[in-house]
Amino acid sequence: MKPTEIMNEIVVLSGKGGTGKTSIAASLAVLAGNSAVIADCDVGAANIHLLLKPDFGKTFEFYSGELASIHQELCTVCGKCAEVCRFKAISFIDDHYLISDLDCEGCGYCERVCPTHAIAMYERKSGHVYISKTKVGSTMVHARLDISAENSGKLVAAVKNEAKSIAIKEDKQFIIVDGSPGIGCPVVSSLSGANYVILVTEPTLSGLHDLKRVHAVISRFRIQSGCIINKFDLNLEKTVEIKHFLEELQIHHLADISYDIAFTQAMTEGKTIVETSSPLKQLIEEVWYNVKEQIIIKK
Amino acid sequence: MTEKKPFKIAIASGKGGTGKTLLSTNLAAYLSQTRSTLLVDLDVEEPNDFIFIKGTLESVSDQYKMIPEWGEDKCTLCGICSNVCKYHAVVQLGTFIAVFKELCHSCYACSELCPELALPMQKHKIGELSKRSDGHLTFIESRLEICEEQAVPLIHQTHNLVDEDYNKIPFQLFDCPPGTSCPVIAAAKNTDYVILVTESTPFGLNDLKLAVETISKLGKPLGVIINRHGIGNNDVESYCAHNQIPVLAKIPFDRQIAKCYSKGELVYAKVEHVETSLRQIIKYLDETHGNHE
Ligand code: SF4
Ligand code: SF4
Ligand code: SF4
Ligand code: SF4
Repeated sequence: MKPTEIMNEIVVLSGKGGTGKTSIAASLAVLAGNSAVIADCDVGAANIHLLLKPDFGKTFEFYSGELASIHQELCTVCGKCAEVCRFKAISFIDDHYLISDLDCEGCGYCERVCPTHAIAMYERKSGHVYISKTKVGSTMVHARLDISAENSGKLVAAVKNEAKSIAIKEDKQFIIVDGSPGIGCPVVSSLSGANYVILVTEPTLSGLHDLKRVHAVISRFRIQSGCIINKFDLNLEKTVEIKHFLEELQIHHLADISYDIAFTQAMTEGKTIVETSSPLKQLIEEVWYNVKEQIIIKK
Repeated sequence: MTEKKPFKIAIASGKGGTGKTLLSTNLAAYLSQTRSTLLVDLDVEEPNDFIFIKGTLESVSDQYKMIPEWGEDKCTLCGICSNVCKYHAVVQLGTFIAVFKELCHSCYACSELCPELALPMQKHKIGELSKRSDGHLTFIESRLEICEEQAVPLIHQTHNLVDEDYNKIPFQLFDCPPGTSCPVIAAAKNTDYVILVTESTPFGLNDLKLAVETISKLGKPLGVIINRHGIGNNDVESYCAHNQIPVLAKIPFDRQIAKCYSKGELVYAKVEHVETSLRQIIKYLDETHGNHE
């Protein structure tokens, strides 16, 4: 038996935030208990830790990309570096050329052209990766991107790879991923290797619009997907429209969740909805059951 | 004697879905009833403002980034380019130089250092800018192509274009991308004031703290708007009070707002307390701006 064959990676995505993606991912994580490794790929605005209470057991620094810096004592103030920098990162202040960390993209062009070798490139620390135990005993890999660091998808990839190797080592059946927002590099990184995507959307014009954009990204990967319509009773017409869209693209319709402040109330207590007595609990349990069924049928 | 510079306001939040779009569109539309206003949707990965802002489409222009294009006939396969590129965007594969356009940061190093001038920079489409107008409101939308992965160059270009072409519009709102990484920095950098939209929940507070940290790094003055006020708890307010961050308005939790929003309608004309909140915000901004001049 090869562990990679029984491992299933489920990514929860929403296009835009605020649709309940993280609350749902956390609920599934609680239901899966110790059979899953959790990966938080929403590294720019990580929230799932507020519900799963990880212990931040192990911490690693994460480096990616480079940063240029000028050794002032070697600099002859010739200005070549500032001339070539396309990112306006080098400015002339008080008779010195200085590089702004916030603007430098680490391309290294300045280093190449400096006649006195006054410029050196350094590795750029861009965040932290944590390996934790959650309150339900599962292992969770999460991260924090440094303020203003580039969310190139590399940190997301690091989180996912770590989660995957832990899942293999500990022989876990599932990886549950709280995906990144948007349609850019981080989403692409959070999708790589996934077996199933759970899309969480809202019946609003913008919700449907975002759903379509994010689906366009998923379809490049040919991953099976299902959709939860959250706050479905907010706009029944839009809910119908979303269902048509799902049918058309053969996206499995997983559940309709009513607009209920029980989610927020649970969140305020640091809990997921499946840890409360809300009737929505059963609905999420069914979703989890259905998703498992579908992944297994496919295999 | 100097020309009056426009007041540029960034509307941002630690993550999406907090009401940033709601606020940007309603504030812009409300302001434009009495004065000339510009709204720029810089949430380039998922622009949504257009759903709420009608108006007539005046122009659409393609936006490009520059990437090198290999000229096989001139190349001597010296290897400099693949050696120079820090992003592995130009790679020598046997007797072939491949350019991976999505990895390229347009630094020009390979192109300008190629001894044979065999890598001239060429335009590559990354998105579209469209302009609509509706009375006193000018609306610019910046939209990234689906398979493009870098938002930052498009955001920079949009800012440059606004600086060049719309400097006469005194009030400018920029709906920023969510998060705390490069795109929001790129979007907020060129503005005078930042409004952070959040909600009074633990997620909201966590995202707000990150956003405040990000914006402080830019050294911009900032204020907070609490959306869906009344659900959750008081932690956001205590945090703002403790850190001396002004709360510009609290928009109450109201299903009516969510309903209007879901249909793509502007809210202030239908829900009176939203109009009251908008008035408060504008009053605050006018006073702040007045003090800065
Ligand atoms: S490494 Fe590139 S971006 Fe950074 S300062 Fe040098 S030329 Fe500019
Ligand atoms: S190119 Fe080198 S020597 Fe010239 S100004 Fe820049 S750092 Fe100084
Ligand atoms: S630097 Fe110019 S000549 Fe040298 S391998 Fe690259 S393209 Fe060819
Ligand atoms: S322009 Fe810069 S980033 Fe792009 S391929 Fe050339 S060296 Fe690499």
